[in-house]
Amino acid sequence: MSVRLYLWQRATAALMVPFVLIHIAVIFYATRQQMTAADILSRTHGSAAWASFYGVFVAAVSIHASIGVRNILTEWSPLADRAAGWCAILLGIVLALLGFHAVISLVLM
Amino acid sequence: MPEPAAQLSVSLWRGGADGRYETYSVPRRESQTVLDVVTYVQRHIDPTLSYRFACRVGMCGSCAMTVNGHPRWTCRTHVAKVADGGRLQIGPLDNLPIIKDLAADMAPFFEKWQQAKGVFAPSQTRAEPMARIRPDSAPRIAADAAIECINCGVCYAACDTVRWNSGYLGPAALNRAWTLVNDERDSGNGARLAAVAASGGCHSCHSHQSCQEHCPLTLNPTASIAGLKRRSAAAYLKGELKA
Repeated sequence: MSVRLYLWQRATAALMVPFVLIHIAVIFYATRQQMTAADILSRTHGSAAWASFYGVFVAAVSIHASIGVRNILTEWSPLADRAAGWCAILLGIVLALLGFHAVISLVLM
Repeated sequence: MPEPAAQLSVSLWRGGADGRYETYSVPRRESQTVLDVVTYVQRHIDPTLSYRFACRVGMCGSCAMTVNGHPRWTCRTHVAKVADGGRLQIGPLDNLPIIKDLAADMAPFFEKWQQAKGVFAPSQTRAEPMARIRPDSAPRIAADAAIECINCGVCYAACDTVRWNSGYLGPAALNRAWTLVNDERDSGNGARLAAVAASGGCHSCHSHQSCQEHCPLTLNPTASIAGLKRRSAAAYLKGELKA
């Protein structure tokens, strides 16, 4: 792993610490309050705050996970560095698309 | 305390990469080292056995082998410490090509030293006065902690990351680079930090600390690598190196 990828992975990890904690707290809150999907969507619909929160979260996850998977592929698979890099970019794009689709569904639909 | 067995059952790796272990019976002696055992086999049982040693006192770093699954300097490893029920299994160092029997090819190990810019780059000529380095200066203390490496290859053989990633420079080369990064007389840190910050450099280390656990001189290459991570990350953020 180069210093550039190292810093991106560490920075996104640091960023995700509060995001994960807030995300878990939200899950606990929603289940304790016995909120339905409709209740949740009524609160998130049109909310710029939730869109920003989960938008940044999805971006951080996509970058962090793809760099981690790139490392795993480099060390544990016969793929060369370059091929592992392309696989990781593809994974990052898939994660970002799935994540942003979920965020759009949460906020706009 | 039970009496040690009169004979040791010693399995030695014979041949190249496609070789096998062969078992020999070696008399057990007081204060016997693993290198003594290997030498006994070569001198009294099979003179075709190949292995490497030089100083026999833990200075040259040439006699490292895998002893009962762990890389060790054999000249300073007493049989009493490692023989499991009077049995020893001795092979060449892991993570390196086998030349023959117990001799591993150290070329990749030293090539990575070169890749990590482990060579001193002088900043002055011999015509200038000798540099004055304070022993209590922070860089000198950092260099001192890592300087006693004898290049035995034990850390390289113990490293999981080297095993998984053949392009990884390894603990010894990075430890050496860290001593030079802290050498105030050296002028090669730009190229050195770029080399250790590239793919396969210090940021590939998982900090498993096998190098530290196995180093016969109790050095801590993991700490040296952590220092390189900090120094090269800071240089990258300041725009001083491209990676």
